[in-house]
Amino acid sequence: MDKLVTLKIDGRSVTVPAGTMIVDAAKELGIVIPVFCYHPKLKPAGMCRVCLVDVGRPQMDRATGAPVLNEDGTPKIAFGPKLETACTTPVSEGMVVWGATEKVMEARKDVLEMLLTSHPLDCPVCDKGGECPLQNLTMKFGPGESRFKFDEKKHLAKRVPLGELILLDRERCIQCGRCVRFQEQLADDPVIGFYNRGRSIQITTFSTPGFDSIFSGNTTDICPVGALTTSDFRFGARAWEMKEKPSICTQCPVGCNIMYNIRREAKSSGRMVIKRVMPRQNEEVNEIWICDKGRFTYHYAESPERLTSPLIRRDGELVQVGWEEAVSYAADKVKAAGSSLAVIASGRLSNEDLFTLKTFSNRINGKAILHTTISGGDWVSRCGLTPGSNLGELGGNDTILVFASDLHEEAPLWWLRVKTAAERGACLIVVNPRKTRLDKYACHTLRYVYGEEGKALQEITSSSGEIASAVKEAENLVIFYGSEGLGLAQSAYVAESLAGVLQSGGRVGKPNNGLVAVWQKGNDQGAWELGFRTDEKLQETISAAMGVYIAGADPASEDPQLKIALQRAGFVIVQDLFLTETAKLADVVLPARAVMEREGTAVNGERRLQHYLPAIPAPVGTRADHEITSAIAQAAGLDLLEISVESIFERMTAEPGVFEGITLMQLGEVKEQRPSIGRNWKYYGGTSYDNHHGLGLVLPLNTEVPLLTAKKAVPVTEVIAGRLLAVPVTRLYDRGGTVTASDMLKERISSGVVSLHPEDAGKLGANTGDRVVLKFAERELECGLELNPDQPSGVALVVRSMGAMLAAPAEVAVVVKTAAKDS
Amino acid sequence: MSEIFLLRNRLIPGLNQFKVYLENDGFATWKKAVTSLKPEDMVNEVKASGLRGRGGAGFPTGLKWSFLPNTIWPHYVVANADESEPGTFKDRELLEFNPYQFLEGLMLASYAVRAQAAYIYFRGEFWQIAQKFDERIAELTAAGLLGDHLFGTDYSLRVYTHLGAGAYICGEETALLESLEGKMGQPRLRPPFPAVYGLFGMPTVINNVETLTNLPIIFGKGVPYFRSQGTEKSPGTKIFSLSGRVNKPGNYELPLGTTFRELIYTHGEGILNGAKIKAIMPAGASSALIPATEAALDTPMDYESVPTLGCALGSASVMILDETTNASDLVNDTVHFFAHESCGKCTPCREGTFWMSRIVDRIASGKGKKEDIDLLESVAGQIQNKCLCALGEFSIVAVQSAIKNFRADFDARVES
Repeated sequence: MDKLVTLKIDGRSVTVPAGTMIVDAAKELGIVIPVFCYHPKLKPAGMCRVCLVDVGRPQMDRATGAPVLNEDGTPKIAFGPKLETACTTPVSEGMVVWGATEKVMEARKDVLEMLLTSHPLDCPVCDKGGECPLQNLTMKFGPGESRFKFDEKKHLAKRVPLGELILLDRERCIQCGRCVRFQEQLADDPVIGFYNRGRSIQITTFSTPGFDSIFSGNTTDICPVGALTTSDFRFGARAWEMKEKPSICTQCPVGCNIMYNIRREAKSSGRMVIKRVMPRQNEEVNEIWICDKGRFTYHYAESPERLTSPLIRRDGELVQVGWEEAVSYAADKVKAAGSSLAVIASGRLSNEDLFTLKTFSNRINGKAILHTTISGGDWVSRCGLTPGSNLGELGGNDTILVFASDLHEEAPLWWLRVKTAAERGACLIVVNPRKTRLDKYACHTLRYVYGEEGKALQEITSSSGEIASAVKEAENLVIFYGSEGLGLAQSAYVAESLAGVLQSGGRVGKPNNGLVAVWQKGNDQGAWELGFRTDEKLQETISAAMGVYIAGADPASEDPQLKIALQRAGFVIVQDLFLTETAKLADVVLPARAVMEREGTAVNGERRLQHYLPAIPAPVGTRADHEITSAIAQAAGLDLLEISVESIFERMTAEPGVFEGITLMQLGEVKEQRPSIGRNWKYYGGTSYDNHHGLGLVLPLNTEVPLLTAKKAVPVTEVIAGRLLAVPVTRLYDRGGTVTASDMLKERISSGVVSLHPEDAGKLGANTGDRVVLKFAERELECGLELNPDQPSGVALVVRSMGAMLAAPAEVAVVVKTAAKDS
Repeated sequence: MSEIFLLRNRLIPGLNQFKVYLENDGFATWKKAVTSLKPEDMVNEVKASGLRGRGGAGFPTGLKWSFLPNTIWPHYVVANADESEPGTFKDRELLEFNPYQFLEGLMLASYAVRAQAAYIYFRGEFWQIAQKFDERIAELTAAGLLGDHLFGTDYSLRVYTHLGAGAYICGEETALLESLEGKMGQPRLRPPFPAVYGLFGMPTVINNVETLTNLPIIFGKGVPYFRSQGTEKSPGTKIFSLSGRVNKPGNYELPLGTTFRELIYTHGEGILNGAKIKAIMPAGASSALIPATEAALDTPMDYESVPTLGCALGSASVMILDETTNASDLVNDTVHFFAHESCGKCTPCREGTFWMSRIVDRIASGKGKKEDIDLLESVAGQIQNKCLCALGEFSIVAVQSAIKNFRADFDARVES
């Protein structure tokens, strides 16, 4: 229990925990003390001096230590000779603070006047106008005119790229240091810093590429002026012209709460377009942050490559047809297949799409398959996080175990949340075959050889050893498992074993205890909850079925065996946004809608059900996935006609199970988020949006899934001498459709698809940048090479979604084709 | 007859050679301390001596040492050799010509607070002096005066040199620590103070070179001897760096309490060309311009008396202005100095010194107006009491006192 302190601010009494800064104690009373450099999620700096207040403390007699009293018995308050910064001064018992006296107001006016002497008169053209605390505070506390001679203003560069994503305007910068401190303290990427001193002090970047951090976009949110802007949004629109549409990011299983800012534009022929993606505050999911992938990869929705017309294969070619014809053609195929239809979906679909597909699949006694990189979602459903869980609460007595996952690449906001939990004292155990960005925060790191996950699992579950005790004795235990070097079979084994750890510890069902899978997409967990299952023998399933109905999945791009199976399949129906490799093999292609173009719900990796609304109208000719399924089902004589998301959701939540009884109203409930940040114009925490649209809720556990009995280990892949073990790994910026559609990110996608340890590369005479040939048992592939001293030797790490199509560990020989220096 | 504690190089030729220093009782006090004195007793002795910091703040040295908690280890001692105050050149003479007494003082301070590592932070421009110090430290190590298990005891001490890179702000103790740690030289928030959270977050004593050079005298010759010079509240001697419009500028070691008159007219041999003295700046560029009245000239130079004239004694860098000096020209120099040296961390100093530099340039160019003098005064007042550290606060002292005492000089430069 924190010690409490009572003090008075502007004559009003407030009681707060000891250690609270005056500026936050004031907020409790609704009193706003202006800040620029202070941010509640960063350590206080006391640099900008705009928060100066008059602070008095009870005078103590030096000799006796007793408080000195006034004649009327009240404690004598001694005020310091100087004003103090409210952001760096912690409260103390009996303190008296004046924030609204003439002396304090004069001080604020003085500081603002001084800031404006160098600040340019850019408001008419500055992006920040309308959501700018410097504007707001100047209106409230600043002088009406400046006494500084305009011609004597210092002129500085106004368009300095700190890398290609973030641009700096040196004249606008008020040197508050928030960006530098965010990068150092939170993002652990100190790639920007101050350079020079005095009035010449400026922000500069140290990395190549510039501002090399996946969290760089957040600095433009917390920058109090228009100094930092993204190249994506810069000069895009005025803040007040845009409307706000709340949504969820579906690029990874964190499910960050976001806001799309949209505007109707002449240059888009009168269409509503998305101008930018902003974070929406949800302290239990993403706090006030999003990663750059979530911020910048919305452009795929407006790509000219979007499918806008159904296609049917005639004489070997895909030709455009109308919806009725396409639906009826697909329905005929479906009817003919009967129960011999494989339904394959991905975690890109909403729960409503998946529920419709599952219902459809049930009706025809077909198989509902989830196409994804890793398995084990049934264990997550049984042993996952429960209501009341919040990574932001984990600390000193808790343990977090991260198994086979490079969170920085796979789920950036979980990396951030786990790292800050470790900084609060949580014991972090990182179990991975290679070094990752979490290692430096770990209490224990355990390395195992790719393919020998079993040995690592043994150490975790053994009766002795530091790691085993940290796991057993933790007050709360959260376990993450990801896709590092794992395919479906290996990950299922890992998930079962880790679920077993939670079960044997009696932790299943307790808040802040559970298994979390680091899926590839935003709603993989939803698919598991709705009954979809991965299929380790998908190739055989496809071959055995009369036909395949694929929604939102692209197996032909990810696995060469599946591509062959699909080429030979009886018929293939595909609904997707683009003409993917899978769609190119289809008999019918139906154009679907992107997540920002329709309503839906999704379940994130922490099993939080969240609701999103459409932000922009969908391209003409497209339909939502569930609408397509319903139409095909209807045409095939199956009664499945719900069209609205609300009514599907009602059906979904009427069934017994984890969704039972949940309403959309519940998902729309909000509660006060602390610390209060978003857009409160006087106390400025950043342009992240307040959350008025819903925090979602965590699902109860699925007790229908039976508890673990026996685990089967996966045989280790044999590797002949001279060859290497190729394993699939995930990287944040890959060549998936959503990333490549955002042209601005192209410098961030590495050209290397496979990485080798320098020792192995040396034996092959290979160097970074070489083009190499990967010779697998059944195929060959040419791609770019990188060297990585932080990975073990004997292994070739093959990045997913970059064209190499490796789904599970396999043996490979690597040969140099073209050396970088010769190309 | 006043005693010389510090500039003993002027009495003993070649004192900056190791063997000469050894021949003159060099490091006997050091050996005595390590083998027979208790650190707590040494702290009390320095308290009793009344020694005050000679870097400018005049804080009681013994009291500063006593703030180090004996529950947090290790302790560090840092010698502030970043002498950058304009008009101050006393430490330089000590470092060049009486270096071993300074080192012995640094070592005594380290032993007294049980530090096993001491650092000397030299301003970057002293790189040659620092190079020489590396040699001197090697000499001491070879002679068994530094290193492990000194004189057969448990106590070990290593001394390291470190160079700054041309920033006045790194003389501010917390900015010095930041720079020593390899970070940008910007002051830290206080509290916590360096005595509790200093170098690498550990309890640290930071003392000026001159302060440390007094310690072999205090421990070698005793507190009564030390207190035989100076006044009751400001005991000891002080090196006064006299400069400006005097006939004999230079360093003069005199007892604290000596008057300005004696320093300027006896030792400095009066004003150049027999001109009339105009103002005294006792603390370098951070000074007020004190009108050189008879009363001012007769004021003793010590930590209590000088403030009655409206300025602190500071580092005793006494700069003299005469009737040929225009105060507004001088202020132009000090303002540019502070604008150039401002670290940029806090708004009032970063923006305020820049603003003042624009105004004083306008005045100096002849394009200024009467209102600009009022504006300059107002901006100085706007900076006052708002800054993160003393640099910003001191940047206005000369400005305000010059306008108050010598406004006519400013009037002469602006359009009438």
